[in-house]
Order: sequence, then structure tokens, then C-alpha cells
Amino acid sequence: MKLELRGITKRFGAMVANDNVNLVAQPGEIHCLLGENGAGKSTLMNVLYGLYQADGGEILIDDKVVKFSGPGDAMAAGIGMVHQHFMLIPVFTVAENVMLGHEPTKFGGILDMAAARAKVREVSAKFGFEIDPDAIVGELPVGVQQRVEIIKALIGNAEVLIFDEPTAVLTPQETDELMAIMKQLREAGTAIVFITHKLREVQEVADKITVLRLGKVVGEADPKSTANELASMMVGRAVDLDVEKAPATPGKPTFKVEGLSAWSHSGAKVLDDINFEIHEGEILVIAGVQGNGQTELTEAIIGMHGKTAGSIQLDGRELIGKNVKQVLDLGVGFVPEDRTEDGLVAEFTIAENLMLDRSDRKPFAKGLNINLAYLKKFALEKLNQFDVRAQGIESKAAQLSGGNQQKVVLARELSRELRLFVASQPTRGLDVGSIEFVHEQIVATRDSGIPVLIVATELDEATQLGDRIAVMYKGKIVGIVPSNTPRATLGQMMAGISA
Amino acid sequence: MKRVMKEFTGGSAFLSILAVIASLVVGGILIALSSPEVQSTATYLTARPSDFFQALWNSVFGAYDAMFRGAIFNYKAQDTLQMIKPITETLAYATPITMSGLGLAVAFRSGLFNIGATGQIIFGAMFAGWVGIYVDLPWYVHFPLAVLAGVLGGGLFGALVGFLKATTGANEVIVTIMFNYIAVLLLGYLLKTPILQAPGAVNPISPPVKDSAKYVFFLGDQFRLHGGVFAMIIAVVFTWWLLNRSTLGFRFRALGHNPNAAKVAGINIGLTYILVMGISGALSGLAGTSQILGSEQVLTLGVAASYGFDAITVALLGRSNPWGVLVAGLLFGGLRAGAVTMQANQGVPVDIVLVVQSLIVLFIAAPPLVRAIFRVKVSKEVAA
Repeated sequence: MKLELRGITKRFGAMVANDNVNLVAQPGEIHCLLGENGAGKSTLMNVLYGLYQADGGEILIDDKVVKFSGPGDAMAAGIGMVHQHFMLIPVFTVAENVMLGHEPTKFGGILDMAAARAKVREVSAKFGFEIDPDAIVGELPVGVQQRVEIIKALIGNAEVLIFDEPTAVLTPQETDELMAIMKQLREAGTAIVFITHKLREVQEVADKITVLRLGKVVGEADPKSTANELASMMVGRAVDLDVEKAPATPGKPTFKVEGLSAWSHSGAKVLDDINFEIHEGEILVIAGVQGNGQTELTEAIIGMHGKTAGSIQLDGRELIGKNVKQVLDLGVGFVPEDRTEDGLVAEFTIAENLMLDRSDRKPFAKGLNINLAYLKKFALEKLNQFDVRAQGIESKAAQLSGGNQQKVVLARELSRELRLFVASQPTRGLDVGSIEFVHEQIVATRDSGIPVLIVATELDEATQLGDRIAVMYKGKIVGIVPSNTPRATLGQMMAGISA
Repeated sequence: MKRVMKEFTGGSAFLSILAVIASLVVGGILIALSSPEVQSTATYLTARPSDFFQALWNSVFGAYDAMFRGAIFNYKAQDTLQMIKPITETLAYATPITMSGLGLAVAFRSGLFNIGATGQIIFGAMFAGWVGIYVDLPWYVHFPLAVLAGVLGGGLFGALVGFLKATTGANEVIVTIMFNYIAVLLLGYLLKTPILQAPGAVNPISPPVKDSAKYVFFLGDQFRLHGGVFAMIIAVVFTWWLLNRSTLGFRFRALGHNPNAAKVAGINIGLTYILVMGISGALSGLAGTSQILGSEQVLTLGVAASYGFDAITVALLGRSNPWGVLVAGLLFGGLRAGAVTMQANQGVPVDIVLVVQSLIVLFIAAPPLVRAIFRVKVSKEVAA
């Protein structure tokens, strides 16, 4: 089955999310749709999947024009989608999830579970998935859950499979396995559309590459292009993906974590005897697949995690038992992983966001009043210094792009007198240009003699940015290794196997 | 819930005005439907349509004209004093509604859905009333002390809600609703004990407040308008300053928009809850003083009237903006004052005004409905 998008245009108010986009997916071919966040990839796929109606253009299947008014139509036409956030019901079994929506029934409308199980086994065996149809989905590892999604699409007789950023939640090993599955599907004659912004993956599996920038197709790329070439196409200017940094010149170890454990509300142990130290002028990267205790670790450091034991010392002072304000006042700069949720107040102006942490003191406070004159001066200065692209300091944070939002957070956190800098996934979802800027700022902070702790989920970032890498798995530190450790070794550590 | 509150506090003044217009139009239809003349002329509509439309015009215009004469300016009155009396009535009604509405606006802007204005007004009135009735002091000490007591009473009752939320995570909506019952029942109980009941009284009623504790009736005794109206203006300016210029209000708003970010930025969430609810309650407490030291002068079970709930509507209609709340408060004061004349002159039931008020809430709660009626274009579709 051949799928073609012809001249798709989709507008949201004045913003054009897709501008005359063409795309052809042929059977037995992996077509990569490459673009930065906000380039319009997801919008395009939502149009294809019937979730949005296009303002212009048409969808063709085997050269015949089709109209989808909802995902049901798209599925019936043989289009399957593996979503970035799985559309599975965690308390259902694999078989129950897979048959949801087109349940096989016996006489009298009784669910035919045996048939559903058999189907799961059949598809699972065909691709070597080894999935137990009776396993509860919520108890399966993320990579396996993704396979359930794939099975679900295949059982719906999908001949075109769309993978929407499928590797965001996977370990490097799981990613490799997914790549293998995609190749296998290609051999079986499925047309695959693979949406991603990760260049390494594109280079590995793509037969064709379409690059999307600001809603427009900027061209097709040769699958043999280098990462820098692809990135340049994606961004629209020459980029250098390598982090420029001089060798670290570590000083005294001023930040020490000893025997740190933490428990969740339900009593589960989320941090288990964490030990590490960071020297002045050194970047330690915490690597690992998301959800292995990194969030809890940063929360524990800044005094937001409820139940903790052990010791966290900065300049010889204990941080455990202190509240967020006290920790920040000791000179901790903190960039949270979810900047819109935890880093910024979207409805506040840039200026207001810049004083969020110090509204109670001079020079931002003048008696009971906000010192508006100083705030304006401060905000203008930071806007300039951190190259925040906005109409002015009165722009609302919500109106900024992700990169500019992150610059506002950085501007605020780096403008205090720092003794430790903690940043959690500081480049998540940012465009390449902003990533360069954020990396520069982090390296500059290190070079000013401050210990820096970065949480990274992408190996490339971890190895490029870090001076040392600590790998976390299930709340424990598997090991702390130099940043030139081979990817394969790091990948194994991320799966819990110590080096 | 959070999204609903955002709709309430974030919408435009334009939509508020549209909601009021729509409500008055629907109100007009109801007035017409309930009019006996309209009903009787409708039976021979095809024979003599002019009768029907005449009756229609008379009923709707007559009702709203009476409302205007009752609420703003009575051009049919004999002397100047009677002519301007309606606007003073409007102001007198608007005073407690606006004060309490300001209190709720503070809470709404801080992300707390305070439904407890009734209870907070009652606590303000009880505290102020007790000082006004039983303390004997020269007026320049007695009056400020009584007002302060009322503000403190409402404030403490509000702060208690904030304290419960901060320490136990109790939902403020449920707590404030329950606190309303506690306040009403406590008042009822105290009005039957010597603590507040007038000696020798059979009914639940307190002795009158001493003259030295009362708001000044600066227009003379035949007017119900009193010095509380100035307190209302001060409260508006204070609330504006608090929310827009003070560092405390900055933290209130940060909490209202994004409690997570506020927490990560080191803002003490628990303490802020207490302060928000304390100030919110204090403003309702001030409304209580306007009742007991101004309009009512004796404590009865009806001291809070329906102002606690009107205040919610007023805060929503005013989009939780202090000046907007003032305008909305004046509107509601006017509706109340006008309703009396409307019933007396035109026989239109007072309930029509309640319907109009309820419709306003409905139209604000359903901005898409208002937008659809008036074809207001949605500026931006939400992008995924």
C-alpha cells in the first residue's frame, strides 16, 4: 500500500503549522520525517491520522484520494500509529489491550479471549517479540509496551506504520531492538514513516529522509549524510554538534552526596544508597533512562523530596532538612526538567519570571512594594545577556519558544551567587541553536569554578557535556565512569549491568 | 477545576459585559412572559397585533425603567433628595458585596476557590458586633477598634482554612462550604445565649451597636448609605496594590498560576495559603462590619444576607480584578435596589433579578456560549 500526502496545509490562527507538505511512503521503505520540535511533524501526522482536518491538500492511498474524519477511518484504511505516549490501558492484559476497539466475539456477544490470545501469539511469533498475551501491560518494561503498541497496529492490518518519536522513552539497547524490528517490518513489506529528531537513528535505518523546518519541507536528504549535514538542514544554517570545552580543571570536592536514600509517598524506595561527589569546576552527568530516580535525586538536593535519609553536603553544610528557599539561598542554581511545569509561570511576564525566586528581598523588593524600576533594568540586562528572543520584558513566558523559555530559566538561576549548579535535562525539546547556547552556558558555569550536576537521558549529551558520568538504574548508581567510556558500555550500565 | 478558575480570572472584560447584556435580554423575555397583559393580548395576537406589541413594550420597558428609577436616578420624584436617593441605595447595597467580592478575588487570583464568604462575613460581623455592643469607649477609639475586630474575625476564620489546607492538604472548597454552616449555626447559637442575645429578647437578636462604634451616616438619617462606602473604596485600592504592586501579591499570583514553579522557586506554599485566605477572609470580615456597624446595627441570623454568594458572582463577573469587582459590585447593588422599585411599581417579581444574576453566572461560566451568541471569534485554536 502506497501512502501519499500532497500539498498538506494546516493553519492554527495566523500560524502555519504545515505549509504545502508532500510526503510519499512506499511499501518496504522506511521514510524518516526529520525536524526540530515545532517543525510541524506531529501536526502533519495528526492530519494524516484524522485528528486534524487539513486546510488544504489531500491524502492518497494507492493513488486514490481518501478523507479521514477520525482515527477510526485512518485505521480502517490500514494506517497504524505507534504513539510517543502509549495508548494502552495499564491494568489490562496484552491481549485485552490489543483487541480493544475490534474485539473478537463468540456467539451472543461474548468476548473471544482465546482468539485474541492466539492473534497476539501469531504476530508476536512472526516478529520474534516473545510477548505473553496474559501479561499485565503496566508491569511490562517500556520497550515491551511499545511492542504491544506495534502488535496492536499490525493486528489492525496496518500496512503503513507511523512511529511518532518512538525512542524518547527507550534505553540505547531497546532503541537498537526497535531499529531491528523496523527493519524486519520493512522486509515484510510495511511502509514505515519514522518521525524523529535524533540524527543517529535516521542514519541507521532511513531509506528516504524528508526534512521539515518551520512547517515546510526543506528537501530530501541522502541517507548517507553526516550528522552535521542533517542538522544543518534541520536548522537552516551550519551547526556544530560538538560541545566546545576545554579539559576540566577540578578543584576541591565541595558537593558530596553520601548514603542518600529516598522513599515515595507510597513507601517505595526510589533512591537507594546514592554516593558521589562533584569537584569545583567539574561537570558530573547523571545518565540513565528516564524514571530511574533522577527526578527524585534533584528533588532531594533542592529540598523538595519528602522522605529522605543520608547526607547531602554543599561546602560542608548539610542540605537535608532544609527547605527549598534555604537550599537556594546557600547558592544552588536549579533548572528543573519540566520548565513549563516547574520552571516558569506561563502567564507571568519575562520580568516577573526573572524575580520569581527573589521577590521577597532587595533589590527586587522595596519595602512591601515590588521595585519595578530595578526589575525593568534587571530584566532588560538579562534579556540581552542571555539572548532571549522576545518582543520585550513584558512578553508572557507562554508566548516564548521552548529555547527562549529555557534561556529565561537559565538567566534567573545563573544570576544568583552560585556554589552549585543543577540542571535536569536542560536541552530537552530545544532547537539546535538553543542547545548550543545552553551547553555554552553550562560549560562557562563549570569554568567559573562551580560544581555542576546535569541529568541527561540522551547518551550523546552525557558524553559530550560530562567530565564524568554516573549512570543511574532503578534508584541506584550503577557506576561512575569517565566520559570517554564507550557507548556500548554506557548502554549496558543504563540497563543495570555494572561495568 | 483549575481550568474553570482560569476561565473565570483570565477572561476579558468584554465577555463580562456581553454576559450582562445577554442576561438582561433573557430577563426581559421572562418579564414579558410573566406579564398578564402580554399573556392576554397574545390570545388575539393575529387579530390585533398592535395590542400585543404595545403590552410587550410596556412590560419590558416599564420594568427596566422602574429598575433604573430604583437604582440610579428617579426622574419622577418630587424633590432632589428623592431623586438622588436611588443611587445612594445602590451604593449601600454595593458596599458589602464589593468588599466581600474583593476578598474572593484575592483568593481566586491565588488559585484558591474560597466559597466561604458567608462564614467570613458572619465572623466579621460577630467580632465587630461584640466590640460595638459591649465595649464602652470614645468613638475615635471605639469605631476603629470595632472595625479592626471585624477584619480580624473574618481574617482568622479565613486563615484557619488556609492553615488546614497547608497542613493537611484539605480541599479549600469543601472546608469553606462546611465553615459556612459552622458560622451560621454558631451565630444562631450565640444569639440564644447571653453572649450576644439582647436581654429580655425572645427572638435571636442582639442589642443594638453603640453609636460610638457606627459608621457615619454622612447624608443624614433618611439615607441608608454610610461611611462604609469609603472603606469600600479604600479596600479596592488596597486590593489593587496588593495584587499588582506588592511582593506578597506577586507570590499570591505565582501560586495561583503555577504552584509547582512557585515551590521550585523557594516560595513557602503553606504560609502563602494561610496569608491568602487570611486576607481574603479579612476583606469579607470588613463586609461584615459594614453590615453590623452600618446597615443593620443589630446582629440577627440574616446579617450576611445573600452577600456571601453574591460576592462569588461579583468576583467572577469582575474577573477577579479589583476595579472589575467594583463595577460588578455596583451593578449588583443596582440590581438589588432596582428590584424593589420594579416590584412596587410594575408588579414584576423580585425573583426576576435573581434570575438575571444567575444567568450572569451561567453566561460567565460558559464563555463559549456567550461567544457563540455574539459570534466573537476565537483568536487562536490550540495547537498540539
